[in-house]
Amino acid sequence: MGGGGNPDPGTAVVAAGRRVLGVLGQTAKRMKVAEWLGVLVLVAYLLMTLIPGALATHDPIEQDILNRLAFPSAEHWFGTDELGRDLFSRCIHGARTSIRTAVIAVLFSLIVGATGGLFSGYVGGRLDEILARTNDILVSFPGIIIAMALIAVTGRNPIVLALVIGLVNTPAIFRVTRAVALQVRVLPYVDAARSAGASNLYIMFRTVLPNCTTEMFIQALLIATRAIITESSLSFLGLGIPPPNPSWGAMLNTGRNYMKRMVWYGVIPGVFLMGLILALQFVSRYLRRVSRA
Amino acid sequence: MSATDALLVVEDLHTRFELERGVVQAVSGSSFSVDRGETLGIVGESGSGKSVTVRSILRLIRPPGRIAAGRVLLDGVDLLALDERAMTAVRGREISMVFQEPSAALNPVLTVGEQISEVLITHLGMGKGEARERAVTHLRDVGIPAAERRCRDYPHQLSGGMQQRCMIAIALACDPKLLIADEPTTSLDVTIQAQILTLLANLVREKGAGLIFITHDIGVIAQIAERIMVMYAGKIAELGTTAQVIDDPRHPYTVELLKSLPSLSTAKGVRLEEIAGDVPDLADVPAGCRFHPRCPRAFERCAQEVPSLDERDDGRRVACWLYDGESA
Repeated sequence: MGGGGNPDPGTAVVAAGRRVLGVLGQTAKRMKVAEWLGVLVLVAYLLMTLIPGALATHDPIEQDILNRLAFPSAEHWFGTDELGRDLFSRCIHGARTSIRTAVIAVLFSLIVGATGGLFSGYVGGRLDEILARTNDILVSFPGIIIAMALIAVTGRNPIVLALVIGLVNTPAIFRVTRAVALQVRVLPYVDAARSAGASNLYIMFRTVLPNCTTEMFIQALLIATRAIITESSLSFLGLGIPPPNPSWGAMLNTGRNYMKRMVWYGVIPGVFLMGLILALQFVSRYLRRVSRA
Repeated sequence: MSATDALLVVEDLHTRFELERGVVQAVSGSSFSVDRGETLGIVGESGSGKSVTVRSILRLIRPPGRIAAGRVLLDGVDLLALDERAMTAVRGREISMVFQEPSAALNPVLTVGEQISEVLITHLGMGKGEARERAVTHLRDVGIPAAERRCRDYPHQLSGGMQQRCMIAIALACDPKLLIADEPTTSLDVTIQAQILTLLANLVREKGAGLIFITHDIGVIAQIAERIMVMYAGKIAELGTTAQVIDDPRHPYTVELLKSLPSLSTAKGVRLEEIAGDVPDLADVPAGCRFHPRCPRAFERCAQEVPSLDERDDGRRVACWLYDGESA
């Protein structure tokens, strides 16, 4: 009997929608110009990720050897690469590579880091000791080296790459969740929940976790940024996304070779990369500003 | 007050906190009982062990605190011997608790309706829809207007009085046998205090549940308690019917406590009396009677021997050497 207490689901949906719009309006008013721009740019990147086919003018992996390294034209806005593929389309499709890596990495670090942090902070004692030390070990490894070592073992698999980046970034989530759990577990409403018969697991996930969401969200955006940079760096080094899939990092690396003949090849993928990272930074700065107030 | 009527029996309860600066004896050897449908008031200054006593009953003591000895019998079952899982089933179902600061005791990230529903789902196995409907009924029962709408409110959208009504609704949702109220009106306006007090007393009477009511305000307790237990420095000083304790206090501490209470009959310009000295450090309690350094009627024996909580001929129990000869 889902929604048994709700006589009219239609009005409820409308009311909920109106509330969401209200909140969005309020949020927009408190934003600075750069933060607004960040959101808009981010939306643009999301569109590139979700519907690249609708934005790109060509198939990103279709080769046209006769027309290689062409200059920008009405047909090829950014020109073509060394295999005659449309650079504009490859840049658009590159967004999906970056953002997919970021999403998988963030989800992994959120799930693992938050669970670990909750247990560590809420249960405490020896478990906390073990988890916190494991976390310290993870922090002390340079992320890109772990990633390179694991890729050397598993091969260039985009999913594995994203998971490894997630693992390397897990400590950030672990730390904030643990810190909040330590603060919240001594608050009266945790005692109240216990006195009402809540189990420890219930308290961890329904009482403590919702209090960590702001901090977790801010960290998640930072991790997304780091994941995108790491993916590009590895692809630049030839260890990331396997060809012919478009990746900004790999394009930067190839573009380097044609710096004298066509500067834009080595610059434009970098601009795409930078735009996404800056947008994420502006949005996360807004969140930090608001959560502190 | 026959033995079969006792709902809750606490025997020789010791709760201590093992801190670096020493062992704090927060509760040392408390024994008392609560009958079905009875209201027991616990009075005492801050740090007298009132809250620790009731938290020990629900086993809400966290390390470094520890229940060192004693038994807590609910209908003959020793709660201190249950495993944590069984205890979770007791909390909120058999015994529940209302806290001092409703704004802090409600979860800020869940609506009040959700918070009541969760208890019903956990303990009574209700479905979500049914629980939501029952939550509205419970909110109505505690006198919340437009309960259906309020159900979807978050705690911060409600006033302090409304929040405390919600806490009471949560606590009474599963018809517990015993309700513990730890200074439920302290943080509220005086006018709201009276409302909440009446509400609690009525609901508990209606459902025939036992009630333990903690306060540092002896005036509040006289209105609703049948019996009063006065605590000082982790020990019970006096335990008797409300009439006995309020109108004819025996323990010098109770006498002093009542003297420090302002009343309408206090003449203008008359200074309220205070009890000289401070509550002792519970990590370093005075030898003998714990009240003797501040007691106006202390004599030699008080500093040497600990008085036991003996029953007098009128049924009350007093821990004081003044009445040594009069034991029943």
